[in-house]
Amino acid sequence: MKISGKTLGQSAAFRKLVGALVIYAVIQILLATGLLSDYYFATIVTIGINVILAVSLNLITGFTGQFSLGHAGFMSIGAYFCAFITLRVEGIPGFLLGILVGGCAAALVGVLVGLPTLRLRGDYLAIATLGMAEIIRIIFQNIKITNGAAGLSNLPQYVNWPWLFLFIAAVVALTVNFLHSSPGRACIAIREDEIAAEAMGINTTRYKVTAFIIGAFCAGVAGALYATYFPRIKPDTFGFMKSVDILVIVVFGGLGSITGSILGAIVLGLISMFLSSYTELRMVLYALLLVIIMIFRPQGLMGSRELSLALMKRAGDHLMGLFRKKEKEGRV
Amino acid sequence: MPILTVEKLTKSFGGLTAVSNVNMHLDEGELVGLIGPNGAGKTTVFNLLTGVYKPSSGTVTLERDGKSQVISGQKPYHICKLGMSRTFQNIRLFKDLTVLDNVRIAMNKDIRYGLPSAFLHLPSYQREEKRVRDASIELLKLMKLEEKKDELAKNLPYGEQRHLEIARAMATNPVVLLLDEPAAGMNPAETAQLTELIAWIRENYHLTILLIEHDMSLVMKICQRIYVLDYGMVIADGTPEEIRNNQQVIEAYLGEDVNDA
Ligand SMILES: Nc1ncnc2c1ncn2[C@@H]1O[C@H](COP(=O)(O)OP(=O)(O)OP(=O)(O)O)[C@@H](O)[C@H]1O
Ligand SMILES: [Mg+2]
Repeated sequence: MKISGKTLGQSAAFRKLVGALVIYAVIQILLATGLLSDYYFATIVTIGINVILAVSLNLITGFTGQFSLGHAGFMSIGAYFCAFITLRVEGIPGFLLGILVGGCAAALVGVLVGLPTLRLRGDYLAIATLGMAEIIRIIFQNIKITNGAAGLSNLPQYVNWPWLFLFIAAVVALTVNFLHSSPGRACIAIREDEIAAEAMGINTTRYKVTAFIIGAFCAGVAGALYATYFPRIKPDTFGFMKSVDILVIVVFGGLGSITGSILGAIVLGLISMFLSSYTELRMVLYALLLVIIMIFRPQGLMGSRELSLALMKRAGDHLMGLFRKKEKEGRV
Repeated sequence: MPILTVEKLTKSFGGLTAVSNVNMHLDEGELVGLIGPNGAGKTTVFNLLTGVYKPSSGTVTLERDGKSQVISGQKPYHICKLGMSRTFQNIRLFKDLTVLDNVRIAMNKDIRYGLPSAFLHLPSYQREEKRVRDASIELLKLMKLEEKKDELAKNLPYGEQRHLEIARAMATNPVVLLLDEPAAGMNPAETAQLTELIAWIRENYHLTILLIEHDMSLVMKICQRIYVLDYGMVIADGTPEEIRNNQQVIEAYLGEDVNDA
């Protein structure tokens, strides 16, 4: 079969689809056969939610160049709004409506914070988002309907692997599509040179706000997924440290690399799991890892490149080359 | 009827008046030079025309489709949409993006598809992306950069970066093009080539061009009129011949030889 001159097997989109389906199927089989226990599935959910958070923050910070420090704030909006819905509307309709409402509520807050700050050049957004996330946390901690610091519990659980996979795939695919469109390129141009971008006809405020709202919406969806997997949410879950966690994933994976964010969420998620019983050690290791990355690879794991078969092949050749050189040296 | 009219344009930075009471006009299809010693305020004039700086006083008016619009005080992207584009003296390409992307980005304002299509790559996306790609490659061919379309802008040699700046500016589909020292850093052969290219694009793309340049051979050869700026003020304007023989200009350039060309 031929698609625009290429055989189906060579089409990049087709290969990505196959890759995604293979990952989906493998994990589905492992879960169905009980090889992966519920404990591990919880880790997978956490990683999956972090993938969505990191990809959406990367859109704002890595691709559009706007420093945001309150991503967990959007997540909490999504989680609480979704919980209000699922506690009142039963079944899958309630679940899907909750996710939609959670995303939209977060996007709306994104508009309120983004519009006044993003028209300014400079890092006003970082300060505003930092303040916003704290204000949201304090509000949720102090009002009745959110049940204060204790939070909401007995939330109905809907998220299973098919749903989770669907939402991750949708967020990643739509974000990648966006980045390969004219509005997406406009966002990247703003990161590269805001003055030049504006001189070339790009309404910089509009695109900064667009990227910020898309990012906020996705963070809201991530929060909603959290509130439909874990039976309990409380304000502390979405504190400043959670925002930092997400930022760490993005920087670790590489600002401006979607595959970097995905890898970052997976690697750091696995490290967290192995060290979950040593909370202090985990923080130390995290900090150490960041310092090491900053020294040896300040551009992050992937830099701004994307992981592709071609790249992996080149890396493989490079490694093989090293081995061969070692062999030769050994022989002398 | 001039296409661009500048009246009493003034810009002060604190105590320094970088541009003072400048009056200028460009007729449609003209190629006009803007010269003057270092620090005379030439780039500041460009920044005022394109909205990077807001003028302290004075107005800039652009004539388009029989309507005149005051553009001073407008946002840069809006001025660009009205048909004015520019290059930067200290090259401001999107360094980490490809040559092709640099040009495509400048076509963003004329894209005819919205966010849904951007997310889902609907047929309107496919159609428009093809149009933009073809148009970009057309411009890159013109600048002899077609073969380098997939290279990162920062990896181009200096002269080609300047060409890419021109291609990018033209991608916004302007009626008035402002070029800030396009030949800076080029050798005489490259400058001669660029001179021809600028004359050619003005002719074939029906552009009105305002050109800042220190290279007198280029200016004297292709400009129909020249404005001379010194300490922010226009001290002379006229044909290359008149400028060459203007006593005030010769004094402003004391040491530099205007008669070189
Ligand atoms: N943003 C700014 N803030 C303060 N002063 C400025 C600013 N931009 C320009 N100037 C000053 O305005 C004056 C004119 O500068 P401008 O860059 O317009 O000169 P120019 O004619 O383009 O010179 P050159 O030939 O060296 O490019 C200079 O004294 C410069 O220092
Ligand atoms: Mg200058």
